[in-house]
Amino acid sequence: MQTIYILWLRQIKRYSRSRSRMIGALGQPLLFLVALGFGFGPIFEKAGGGNYIQFLAPGIIAMSILFTAIFSGMEIIWDRQFGFLKETLVAPVPRLHIMIGRTLGSASVAFLQGFVVFLISMLVGFRPEQWGLFPIALLVMFLIALIFTALGTAIASVMEDFHGFQLIINFLVMPLFFLSGSLFPLQGLPTAIDIIAKLDPLTYGIDALRGTLVGAAHFGLTLDLGILVVLVALLMIVGSWLFSRIEV
Amino acid sequence: MPDHTAQTSPIIDVQDLTRKFGDFTAVDHITFSVGAGEIFAFLGPNGAGKTTTIKMLTTLLHPTAGRIRINGYDPQHQQDAVRKSFGIVFQDPSTDDELTAWENLELHGVLYGVDKALRRQRMEQLLDIVELSDRRDDQVKHFSGGMKRRLEIARGLLHHPKILFLDEPTIGLDPQTRNHLWSYVAELNVQEGITVFLTTHYMEEADKMAKRIAVIDHGKIVALGSSAELKAQTNTQTLEEAFLALTGKGIREEEAGAIDNMRLHARAWRGKRR
Repeated sequence: MQTIYILWLRQIKRYSRSRSRMIGALGQPLLFLVALGFGFGPIFEKAGGGNYIQFLAPGIIAMSILFTAIFSGMEIIWDRQFGFLKETLVAPVPRLHIMIGRTLGSASVAFLQGFVVFLISMLVGFRPEQWGLFPIALLVMFLIALIFTALGTAIASVMEDFHGFQLIINFLVMPLFFLSGSLFPLQGLPTAIDIIAKLDPLTYGIDALRGTLVGAAHFGLTLDLGILVVLVALLMIVGSWLFSRIEV
Repeated sequence: MPDHTAQTSPIIDVQDLTRKFGDFTAVDHITFSVGAGEIFAFLGPNGAGKTTTIKMLTTLLHPTAGRIRINGYDPQHQQDAVRKSFGIVFQDPSTDDELTAWENLELHGVLYGVDKALRRQRMEQLLDIVELSDRRDDQVKHFSGGMKRRLEIARGLLHHPKILFLDEPTIGLDPQTRNHLWSYVAELNVQEGITVFLTTHYMEEADKMAKRIAVIDHGKIVALGSSAELKAQTNTQTLEEAFLALTGKGIREEEAGAIDNMRLHARAWRGKRR
Protein backbone atom coordinates (compact mmCIF):
# COMPACT_ATOMS: atom_id res chain seq x y z
CA MET A 1 0.00 0.00 0.00
CA GLN A 2 2.78 2.39 1.01
CA THR A 3 4.63 1.64 -2.22
CA ILE A 4 1.56 2.39 -4.30
CA TYR A 5 0.91 5.61 -2.40
CA ILE A 6 4.46 6.98 -2.62
CA LEU A 7 4.67 6.30 -6.36
CA TRP A 8 1.24 7.83 -6.89
CA LEU A 9 2.42 10.89 -4.98
CA ARG A 10 5.54 11.09 -7.13
CA GLN A 11 3.50 11.34 -10.33
CA ILE A 12 1.29 14.04 -8.81
CA LYS A 13 4.30 16.04 -7.64
CA ARG A 14 5.98 15.81 -11.01
CA TYR A 15 2.81 17.05 -12.66
CA SER A 16 2.22 19.93 -10.30
CA ARG A 17 5.82 21.06 -10.75
CA SER A 18 5.77 21.24 -14.53
CA ARG A 19 3.33 24.10 -15.02
CA SER A 20 4.50 24.76 -18.56
CA ARG A 21 3.56 21.23 -19.54
CA MET A 22 0.22 21.56 -17.80
CA ILE A 23 -0.65 24.80 -19.58
CA GLY A 24 0.87 23.68 -22.89
CA ALA A 25 -1.40 20.65 -22.88
CA LEU A 26 -4.45 22.90 -22.63
CA GLY A 27 -3.69 24.82 -25.82
CA GLN A 28 -4.71 22.05 -28.19
CA PRO A 29 -8.14 21.28 -26.66
CA LEU A 30 -8.91 24.98 -26.51
CA LEU A 31 -8.01 25.40 -30.19
CA PHE A 32 -10.14 22.41 -31.16
CA LEU A 33 -13.09 23.69 -29.17
CA VAL A 34 -12.91 27.15 -30.66
CA ALA A 35 -11.95 26.32 -34.26
CA LEU A 36 -14.09 23.22 -34.75
CA GLY A 37 -16.83 24.19 -32.35
CA PHE A 38 -17.51 27.59 -33.83
CA GLY A 39 -16.31 26.69 -37.33
CA PHE A 40 -18.55 23.68 -37.91
CA GLY A 41 -21.32 24.83 -35.57
CA PRO A 42 -23.57 26.44 -38.20
CA ILE A 43 -23.34 23.50 -40.64
CA PHE A 44 -23.93 20.99 -37.85
CA GLU A 45 -27.01 22.88 -36.78
CA LYS A 46 -28.36 23.18 -40.34
CA ALA A 47 -27.95 19.43 -40.76
CA GLY A 48 -30.17 18.95 -37.75
CA GLY A 49 -27.46 17.91 -35.27
CA GLY A 50 -28.23 20.58 -32.70
CA ASN A 51 -25.62 22.59 -30.87
CA TYR A 52 -22.17 21.45 -31.99
CA ILE A 53 -20.33 22.66 -28.87
CA GLN A 54 -22.65 20.45 -26.79
CA PHE A 55 -21.73 17.53 -29.04
CA LEU A 56 -18.03 18.31 -29.34
CA ALA A 57 -17.05 19.11 -25.75
CA PRO A 58 -17.19 15.51 -24.40
CA GLY A 59 -15.00 14.44 -27.34
CA ILE A 60 -12.41 17.10 -26.59
CA ILE A 61 -12.41 16.32 -22.86
CA ALA A 62 -11.76 12.68 -23.73
CA MET A 63 -9.05 13.70 -26.20
CA SER A 64 -7.09 15.59 -23.58
CA ILE A 65 -7.38 12.63 -21.21
CA LEU A 66 -6.22 10.27 -23.97
CA PHE A 67 -3.14 12.34 -24.78
CA THR A 68 -2.11 13.03 -21.21
CA ALA A 69 -2.69 9.42 -20.16
CA ILE A 70 -0.71 7.81 -22.97
CA PHE A 71 2.18 10.22 -22.57
CA SER A 72 2.41 9.91 -18.83
CA GLY A 73 2.20 6.13 -19.14
CA MET A 74 5.11 6.41 -21.52
CA GLU A 75 7.12 8.42 -19.01
CA ILE A 76 8.58 5.04 -18.11
CA ILE A 77 10.82 5.43 -21.15
CA TRP A 78 12.32 8.59 -19.65
CA ASP A 79 12.70 6.90 -16.32
CA ARG A 80 14.36 3.96 -17.97
CA GLN A 81 16.86 6.10 -19.82
CA PHE A 82 17.56 8.48 -16.97
CA GLY A 83 18.00 5.77 -14.43
CA PHE A 84 15.15 6.33 -12.02
CA LEU A 85 13.38 3.19 -13.20
CA LYS A 86 16.36 1.11 -12.02
CA GLU A 87 16.03 2.59 -8.57
CA THR A 88 12.47 1.28 -8.34
CA LEU A 89 13.28 -2.05 -9.99
CA VAL A 90 15.99 -2.99 -7.47
CA ALA A 91 13.72 -2.11 -4.53
CA PRO A 92 12.38 -5.04 -2.51
CA VAL A 93 8.76 -4.55 -3.56
CA PRO A 94 6.59 -6.43 -6.07
CA ARG A 95 6.69 -4.93 -9.53
CA LEU A 96 2.93 -5.11 -9.64
CA HIS A 97 2.76 -2.52 -6.83
CA ILE A 98 5.19 -0.27 -8.66
CA MET A 99 3.10 -0.51 -11.81
CA ILE A 100 -0.17 0.12 -9.99
CA GLY A 101 1.22 3.13 -8.12
CA ARG A 102 2.60 4.70 -11.25
CA THR A 103 -0.54 4.00 -13.25
CA LEU A 104 -2.88 5.41 -10.62
CA GLY A 105 -0.68 8.50 -10.37
CA SER A 106 -0.53 9.08 -14.11
CA ALA A 107 -4.23 8.37 -14.47
CA SER A 108 -5.02 10.91 -11.75
CA VAL A 109 -2.96 13.46 -13.63
CA ALA A 110 -4.80 12.73 -16.89
CA PHE A 111 -8.12 12.92 -15.05
CA LEU A 112 -7.23 16.34 -13.63
CA GLN A 113 -6.22 17.52 -17.07
CA GLY A 114 -9.58 16.35 -18.42
CA PHE A 115 -11.38 18.15 -15.65
CA VAL A 116 -9.62 21.41 -16.47
CA VAL A 117 -10.64 20.98 -20.12
CA PHE A 118 -14.21 20.45 -18.91
CA LEU A 119 -14.02 23.83 -17.14
CA ILE A 120 -12.59 25.44 -20.28
CA SER A 121 -15.39 23.99 -22.38
CA MET A 122 -17.85 25.70 -20.04
CA LEU A 123 -16.12 28.97 -20.87
CA VAL A 124 -16.81 28.51 -24.57
CA GLY A 125 -20.45 27.72 -23.98
CA PHE A 126 -20.73 24.04 -23.05
CA ARG A 127 -23.46 23.27 -20.49
CA PRO A 128 -24.02 19.82 -18.97
CA GLU A 129 -27.70 18.98 -19.20
CA GLN A 130 -28.05 16.61 -16.29
CA TRP A 131 -25.95 17.43 -13.23
CA GLY A 132 -27.36 14.38 -11.45
CA LEU A 133 -25.18 12.12 -13.59
CA PHE A 134 -22.11 14.30 -13.14
CA PRO A 135 -20.41 11.96 -10.61
CA ILE A 136 -20.71 9.17 -13.19
CA ALA A 137 -19.19 11.45 -15.81
CA LEU A 138 -16.21 11.92 -13.48
CA LEU A 139 -15.97 8.16 -13.05
CA VAL A 140 -16.00 7.72 -16.83
CA MET A 141 -13.21 10.28 -17.15
CA PHE A 142 -11.12 8.34 -14.65
CA LEU A 143 -11.78 5.04 -16.44
CA ILE A 144 -10.64 6.57 -19.74
CA ALA A 145 -7.52 7.82 -17.97
CA LEU A 146 -6.79 4.37 -16.53
CA ILE A 147 -7.26 2.58 -19.85
CA PHE A 148 -4.82 4.75 -21.74
CA THR A 149 -2.26 5.06 -18.95
CA ALA A 150 -2.12 1.28 -18.82
CA LEU A 151 -1.80 1.22 -22.61
CA GLY A 152 1.04 3.76 -22.42
CA THR A 153 2.74 1.64 -19.76
CA ALA A 154 2.41 -1.46 -21.90
CA ILE A 155 3.93 0.31 -24.91
CA ALA A 156 6.73 1.86 -22.88
CA SER A 157 7.61 -1.49 -21.37
CA VAL A 158 8.56 -2.89 -24.75
CA MET A 159 10.06 0.30 -26.23
CA GLU A 160 13.74 0.95 -25.57
CA ASP A 161 13.77 4.64 -26.45
CA PHE A 162 11.80 7.37 -28.19
CA HIS A 163 12.62 6.34 -31.76
CA GLY A 164 9.20 4.80 -32.18
CA PHE A 165 7.48 7.77 -30.61
CA GLN A 166 6.34 9.39 -33.86
CA LEU A 167 5.00 6.03 -34.97
CA ILE A 168 2.91 5.72 -31.82
CA ILE A 169 1.49 9.22 -32.21
CA ASN A 170 0.61 8.94 -35.90
CA PHE A 171 -0.54 5.35 -36.02
CA LEU A 172 -2.07 4.91 -32.62
CA VAL A 173 -2.93 8.07 -30.70
CA MET A 174 -4.22 10.16 -33.58
CA PRO A 175 -6.38 7.38 -35.08
CA LEU A 176 -7.73 6.55 -31.62
CA PHE A 177 -8.86 10.14 -31.33
CA PHE A 178 -10.10 10.92 -34.84
CA LEU A 179 -11.92 7.63 -35.39
CA SER A 180 -13.69 7.56 -32.04
CA GLY A 181 -16.72 9.65 -32.92
CA SER A 182 -15.21 12.51 -30.98
CA LEU A 183 -15.83 14.97 -33.82
CA PHE A 184 -18.74 13.40 -35.71
CA PRO A 185 -21.91 11.44 -34.83
CA LEU A 186 -21.76 7.65 -35.18
CA GLN A 187 -25.06 7.43 -37.08
CA GLY A 188 -25.01 6.54 -40.76
CA LEU A 189 -21.25 6.11 -41.16
CA PRO A 190 -19.72 4.12 -44.06
CA THR A 191 -19.30 0.49 -42.94
CA ALA A 192 -15.49 0.57 -42.73
CA ILE A 193 -15.42 3.64 -40.51
CA ASP A 194 -18.28 2.24 -38.47
CA ILE A 195 -16.33 -0.96 -37.76
CA ILE A 196 -13.14 0.90 -36.87
CA ALA A 197 -15.02 3.24 -34.57
CA LYS A 198 -16.58 0.29 -32.79
CA LEU A 199 -13.12 -1.24 -32.24
CA ASP A 200 -11.77 1.98 -30.78
CA PRO A 201 -11.90 1.95 -26.95
CA LEU A 202 -12.16 5.74 -26.84
CA THR A 203 -15.49 5.53 -28.71
CA TYR A 204 -17.15 4.03 -25.64
CA GLY A 205 -15.51 6.53 -23.31
CA ILE A 206 -16.79 9.46 -25.34
CA ASP A 207 -20.19 7.87 -25.75
CA ALA A 208 -20.47 7.41 -21.98
CA LEU A 209 -19.42 11.03 -21.46
CA ARG A 210 -22.11 12.20 -23.88
CA GLY A 211 -24.59 9.94 -22.13
CA THR A 212 -23.84 11.40 -18.72
CA LEU A 213 -23.21 15.04 -19.65
CA VAL A 214 -25.73 15.72 -22.44
CA GLY A 215 -27.92 12.61 -22.29
CA ALA A 216 -27.16 11.32 -25.79
CA ALA A 217 -25.44 7.92 -25.62
CA HIS A 218 -25.37 6.05 -28.92
CA PHE A 219 -24.76 2.60 -27.40
CA GLY A 220 -26.37 3.20 -24.02
CA LEU A 221 -24.61 3.99 -20.77
CA THR A 222 -24.66 0.44 -19.39
CA LEU A 223 -22.92 -1.07 -22.40
CA ASP A 224 -20.38 1.78 -22.45
CA LEU A 225 -19.51 1.41 -18.77
CA GLY A 226 -19.33 -2.37 -19.06
CA ILE A 227 -16.88 -2.17 -21.96
CA LEU A 228 -14.77 0.48 -20.19
CA VAL A 229 -14.46 -1.60 -17.01
CA VAL A 230 -13.49 -4.73 -18.96
CA LEU A 231 -10.89 -2.72 -20.88
CA VAL A 232 -9.41 -1.30 -17.68
CA ALA A 233 -9.02 -4.81 -16.28
CA LEU A 234 -7.58 -6.18 -19.51
CA LEU A 235 -5.06 -3.41 -20.09
CA MET A 236 -3.96 -3.37 -16.44
CA ILE A 237 -3.21 -7.09 -16.70
CA VAL A 238 -1.33 -6.74 -20.00
CA GLY A 239 0.48 -3.60 -18.79
CA SER A 240 1.64 -5.11 -15.53
CA TRP A 241 2.69 -8.33 -17.22
CA LEU A 242 4.86 -6.43 -19.71
CA PHE A 243 6.15 -4.14 -16.96
CA SER A 244 7.16 -7.13 -14.84
CA ARG A 245 9.35 -8.38 -17.68
CA ILE A 246 11.41 -5.20 -18.10
CA GLU A 247 15.14 -5.75 -17.92
CA VAL A 248 17.39 -2.71 -17.82
CA MET B 1 46.81 -20.02 -10.38
CA PRO B 2 45.27 -16.89 -8.84
CA ASP B 3 43.37 -17.17 -5.61
CA HIS B 4 39.68 -16.84 -6.50
CA THR B 5 38.20 -17.26 -3.05
CA ALA B 6 37.74 -14.74 -0.29
CA GLN B 7 39.66 -15.05 2.95
CA THR B 8 36.64 -14.56 5.20
CA SER B 9 33.26 -16.24 4.70
CA PRO B 10 31.93 -15.03 1.34
CA ILE B 11 28.97 -12.61 1.23
CA ILE B 12 29.07 -12.62 -2.58
CA ASP B 13 29.67 -15.98 -4.16
CA VAL B 14 29.66 -16.41 -7.94
CA GLN B 15 30.28 -19.59 -9.92
CA ASP B 16 30.50 -20.02 -13.66
CA LEU B 17 28.34 -16.96 -14.23
CA THR B 18 27.51 -16.41 -17.91
CA ARG B 19 25.35 -13.95 -19.78
CA LYS B 20 24.80 -13.98 -23.51
CA PHE B 21 23.03 -11.37 -25.64
CA GLY B 22 22.24 -13.28 -28.81
CA ASP B 23 25.58 -14.55 -30.11
CA PHE B 24 27.58 -12.13 -28.01
CA THR B 25 28.88 -13.42 -24.68
CA ALA B 26 29.10 -10.41 -22.36
CA VAL B 27 30.07 -12.40 -19.29
CA ASP B 28 31.83 -15.70 -19.84
CA HIS B 29 31.98 -18.28 -17.03
CA ILE B 30 33.34 -16.09 -14.26
CA THR B 31 33.94 -17.41 -10.76
CA PHE B 32 34.88 -15.34 -7.72
CA SER B 33 33.80 -14.57 -4.20
CA VAL B 34 33.93 -11.55 -1.91
CA GLY B 35 34.33 -11.84 1.85
CA ALA B 36 32.12 -9.98 4.32
CA GLY B 37 33.63 -6.59 5.06
CA GLU B 38 35.97 -6.69 2.09
CA ILE B 39 36.49 -3.99 -0.52
CA PHE B 40 36.60 -5.71 -3.89
CA ALA B 41 37.18 -4.08 -7.27
CA PHE B 42 36.31 -5.05 -10.81
CA LEU B 43 38.76 -3.47 -13.17
CA GLY B 44 38.33 -3.68 -16.91
CA PRO B 45 38.25 -1.78 -20.19
CA ASN B 46 35.02 -0.51 -21.72
CA GLY B 47 32.62 -3.27 -22.60
CA ALA B 48 34.47 -5.88 -20.53
CA GLY B 49 31.31 -7.04 -18.77
CA LYS B 50 31.55 -5.12 -15.50
CA THR B 51 28.10 -3.54 -15.58
CA THR B 52 26.46 -6.69 -16.93
CA THR B 53 27.88 -8.60 -13.96
CA ILE B 54 26.60 -6.01 -11.49
CA LYS B 55 23.17 -6.14 -13.09
CA MET B 56 23.04 -9.87 -12.59
CA LEU B 57 24.22 -9.62 -8.98
CA THR B 58 21.54 -7.01 -8.27
CA THR B 59 18.53 -8.87 -9.78
CA LEU B 60 18.21 -6.54 -12.78
CA LEU B 61 19.25 -9.13 -15.33
CA HIS B 62 18.84 -12.89 -15.44
CA PRO B 63 22.01 -14.93 -15.97
CA THR B 64 22.17 -17.26 -18.94
CA ALA B 65 23.98 -19.81 -16.77
CA GLY B 66 25.83 -20.07 -13.48
CA ARG B 67 25.15 -19.63 -9.80
CA ILE B 68 25.05 -16.48 -7.64
CA ARG B 69 24.66 -16.11 -3.88
CA ILE B 70 24.28 -12.65 -2.37
CA ASN B 71 24.24 -12.70 1.43
CA GLY B 72 23.29 -16.36 1.07
CA TYR B 73 20.34 -15.71 -1.26
CA ASP B 74 19.73 -16.43 -4.93
CA PRO B 75 19.01 -13.25 -6.97
CA GLN B 76 16.78 -15.13 -9.38
CA HIS B 77 14.47 -16.80 -6.89
CA GLN B 78 14.82 -14.80 -3.67
CA GLN B 79 14.76 -11.35 -5.19
CA ASP B 80 13.43 -9.41 -2.23
CA ALA B 81 15.89 -10.92 0.26
CA VAL B 82 18.73 -10.09 -2.13
CA ARG B 83 17.40 -6.59 -2.78
CA LYS B 84 17.26 -5.80 0.92
CA SER B 85 20.89 -6.89 1.29
CA PHE B 86 22.49 -4.32 -0.95
CA GLY B 87 22.56 -0.64 -1.78
CA ILE B 88 23.70 0.50 -5.18
CA VAL B 89 25.09 3.55 -6.89
CA PHE B 90 24.54 3.05 -10.60
CA GLN B 91 26.89 4.10 -13.36
CA ASP B 92 24.31 6.63 -14.59
CA PRO B 93 22.43 8.97 -12.27
CA SER B 94 19.21 7.42 -11.04
CA THR B 95 17.64 10.11 -8.91
CA ASP B 96 14.37 11.76 -9.87
CA ASP B 97 15.35 15.25 -11.03
CA GLU B 98 11.93 16.76 -10.43
CA LEU B 99 11.90 15.72 -6.77
CA THR B 100 13.93 17.31 -4.00
CA ALA B 101 16.84 15.58 -2.29
CA TRP B 102 14.64 14.94 0.72
CA GLU B 103 11.82 13.47 -1.40
CA ASN B 104 14.23 11.18 -3.22
CA LEU B 105 15.41 9.77 0.10
CA GLU B 106 11.88 9.55 1.45
CA LEU B 107 10.75 7.57 -1.58
CA HIS B 108 13.67 5.18 -1.20
CA GLY B 109 13.01 4.70 2.50
CA VAL B 110 9.36 3.87 1.86
CA LEU B 111 10.22 1.43 -0.94
CA TYR B 112 12.61 -0.36 1.42
CA GLY B 113 10.08 -0.43 4.26
CA VAL B 114 12.18 1.60 6.71
CA ASP B 115 9.63 2.85 9.23
CA LYS B 116 8.95 6.53 9.48
CA ALA B 117 10.74 7.63 12.65
CA LEU B 118 13.88 5.66 11.84
CA ARG B 119 13.73 6.80 8.22
CA ARG B 120 13.57 10.47 9.10
CA GLN B 121 16.40 10.13 11.60
CA ARG B 122 18.67 8.39 9.11
CA MET B 123 17.76 10.82 6.33
CA GLU B 124 18.90 13.76 8.48
CA GLN B 125 22.06 11.92 9.44
CA LEU B 126 22.99 10.84 5.94
CA LEU B 127 22.34 14.28 4.45
CA ASP B 128 24.70 15.67 7.07
CA ILE B 129 27.36 13.14 6.22
CA VAL B 130 27.22 13.82 2.48
CA GLU B 131 27.00 17.56 3.23
CA LEU B 132 23.70 18.20 1.51
CA SER B 133 21.61 19.23 4.51
CA ASP B 134 21.32 22.82 3.39
CA ARG B 135 20.12 21.74 -0.06
CA ARG B 136 17.61 19.12 1.06
CA ASP B 137 14.57 20.99 -0.26
CA ASP B 138 16.07 21.81 -3.65
CA GLN B 139 15.03 19.83 -6.69
CA VAL B 140 17.78 17.47 -7.79
CA LYS B 141 17.84 18.97 -11.29
CA HIS B 142 19.66 21.97 -9.82
CA PHE B 143 22.43 19.76 -8.39
CA SER B 144 25.91 19.29 -9.87
CA GLY B 145 27.13 15.83 -10.87
CA GLY B 146 29.07 15.48 -7.63
CA MET B 147 26.11 16.47 -5.49
CA LYS B 148 23.90 13.94 -7.27
CA ARG B 149 26.46 11.22 -6.62
CA ARG B 150 26.62 12.12 -2.94
CA LEU B 151 22.86 12.02 -2.73
CA GLU B 152 22.84 8.61 -4.41
CA ILE B 153 25.35 7.28 -1.93
CA ALA B 154 23.25 8.57 0.95
CA ARG B 155 20.23 6.92 -0.63
CA GLY B 156 22.06 3.63 -1.17
CA LEU B 157 22.89 3.51 2.56
CA LEU B 158 19.49 4.55 3.90
CA HIS B 159 18.27 0.99 4.47
CA HIS B 160 21.59 -0.11 6.05
CA PRO B 161 22.62 -2.64 3.43
CA LYS B 162 25.30 -5.26 4.03
CA ILE B 163 26.78 -4.72 0.59
CA LEU B 164 27.33 -1.50 -1.32
CA PHE B 165 27.67 -1.77 -5.10
CA LEU B 166 29.42 1.16 -6.74
CA ASP B 167 29.41 1.01 -10.53
CA GLU B 168 31.98 3.54 -11.72
CA PRO B 169 30.76 6.04 -9.15
CA THR B 170 33.39 8.69 -9.85
CA ILE B 171 32.94 9.15 -13.60
CA GLY B 172 32.77 12.85 -14.40
CA LEU B 173 33.65 14.03 -10.90
CA ASP B 174 36.44 16.44 -10.05
CA PRO B 175 39.42 15.16 -8.01
CA GLN B 176 38.22 16.84 -4.80
CA THR B 177 34.84 15.15 -4.94
CA ARG B 178 36.40 11.83 -5.88
CA ASN B 179 38.77 12.02 -2.97
CA HIS B 180 35.99 12.97 -0.59
CA LEU B 181 33.76 10.18 -1.83
CA TRP B 182 36.38 7.46 -1.47
CA SER B 183 37.43 8.50 1.99
CA TYR B 184 33.80 8.35 3.02
CA VAL B 185 33.40 4.87 1.53
CA ALA B 186 36.57 3.69 3.26
CA GLU B 187 35.28 5.05 6.56
CA LEU B 188 31.99 3.22 6.13
CA ASN B 189 33.83 0.03 5.39
CA VAL B 190 35.87 0.27 8.58
CA GLN B 191 33.17 1.56 10.90
CA GLU B 192 30.12 -0.35 9.69
CA GLY B 193 31.89 -3.38 8.27
CA ILE B 194 29.99 -2.85 5.04
CA THR B 195 31.19 -4.88 2.06
CA VAL B 196 32.03 -2.76 -0.96
CA PHE B 197 31.97 -4.03 -4.53
CA LEU B 198 33.19 -1.39 -6.95
CA THR B 199 33.97 -1.13 -10.62
CA THR B 200 36.19 1.55 -12.04
CA HIS B 201 38.70 2.19 -14.72
CA TYR B 202 40.69 4.64 -12.68
CA MET B 203 43.73 2.55 -11.69
CA GLU B 204 44.74 4.65 -8.72
CA GLU B 205 41.28 4.30 -7.20
CA ALA B 206 41.34 0.54 -7.39
CA ASP B 207 44.92 0.52 -6.15
CA LYS B 208 44.14 2.70 -3.16
CA MET B 209 40.75 1.29 -2.21
CA ALA B 210 40.52 -2.39 -2.98
CA LYS B 211 41.91 -5.25 -0.99
CA ARG B 212 41.56 -7.53 -3.98
CA ILE B 213 41.12 -6.68 -7.63
CA ALA B 214 39.66 -8.78 -10.41
CA VAL B 215 40.81 -7.78 -13.88
CA ILE B 216 38.03 -8.56 -16.32
CA ASP B 217 38.31 -8.48 -20.10
CA HIS B 218 36.06 -9.83 -22.87
CA GLY B 219 33.75 -11.17 -20.19
CA LYS B 220 36.44 -13.26 -18.48
CA ILE B 221 38.43 -12.75 -15.29
CA VAL B 222 42.02 -12.69 -16.52
CA ALA B 223 43.64 -12.12 -13.12
CA LEU B 224 42.58 -11.81 -9.51
CA GLY B 225 44.53 -10.78 -6.45
CA SER B 226 45.82 -7.84 -4.46
CA SER B 227 47.43 -4.96 -6.30
CA ALA B 228 50.86 -6.23 -5.23
CA GLU B 229 50.09 -9.73 -6.47
CA LEU B 230 48.95 -8.45 -9.85
CA LYS B 231 52.14 -6.43 -10.24
CA ALA B 232 54.28 -9.39 -9.23
CA GLN B 233 52.40 -11.72 -11.55
CA THR B 234 52.98 -9.44 -14.55
CA ASN B 235 56.43 -8.26 -13.53
CA THR B 236 55.42 -4.61 -13.61
CA GLN B 237 55.90 -1.57 -11.37
CA THR B 238 52.43 0.00 -11.36
CA LEU B 239 48.90 -1.31 -11.47
CA GLU B 240 48.38 0.50 -14.77
CA GLU B 241 51.26 -1.40 -16.36
CA ALA B 242 49.95 -4.62 -14.89
CA PHE B 243 46.51 -3.83 -16.31
CA LEU B 244 47.88 -3.12 -19.78
CA ALA B 245 50.02 -6.24 -19.66
CA LEU B 246 46.90 -8.27 -18.85
CA THR B 247 44.41 -6.66 -21.22
CA GLY B 248 46.59 -5.45 -24.12
CA LYS B 249 46.93 -1.97 -25.55
CA GLY B 250 44.20 -1.95 -28.20
CA ILE B 251 41.49 0.69 -27.79
CA ARG B 252 38.03 -0.66 -26.99
CA GLU B 253 34.95 0.52 -28.72
CA GLU B 254 31.69 0.63 -26.89
CA GLU B 255 28.56 0.88 -28.96
CA ALA B 256 26.67 4.13 -28.59
CA GLY B 257 23.58 2.79 -26.95
CA ALA B 258 20.07 4.03 -26.51
CA ILE B 259 21.20 6.08 -23.53
CA ASP B 260 23.45 8.31 -25.57
CA ASN B 261 20.69 8.93 -28.07
CA MET B 262 18.32 9.76 -25.25
CA ARG B 263 20.71 12.29 -23.80
CA LEU B 264 20.66 14.13 -27.11
CA HIS B 265 16.87 14.08 -27.09
CA ALA B 266 16.75 15.29 -23.52
CA ARG B 267 19.04 18.18 -24.23
CA ALA B 268 16.93 19.27 -27.16
CA TRP B 269 13.81 18.94 -25.02
CA ARG B 270 15.10 20.88 -22.06
CA GLY B 271 16.26 23.59 -24.40
CA LYS B 272 12.77 23.92 -25.77
CA ARG B 273 11.07 23.99 -22.42
CA ARG B 274 13.18 26.79 -21.04
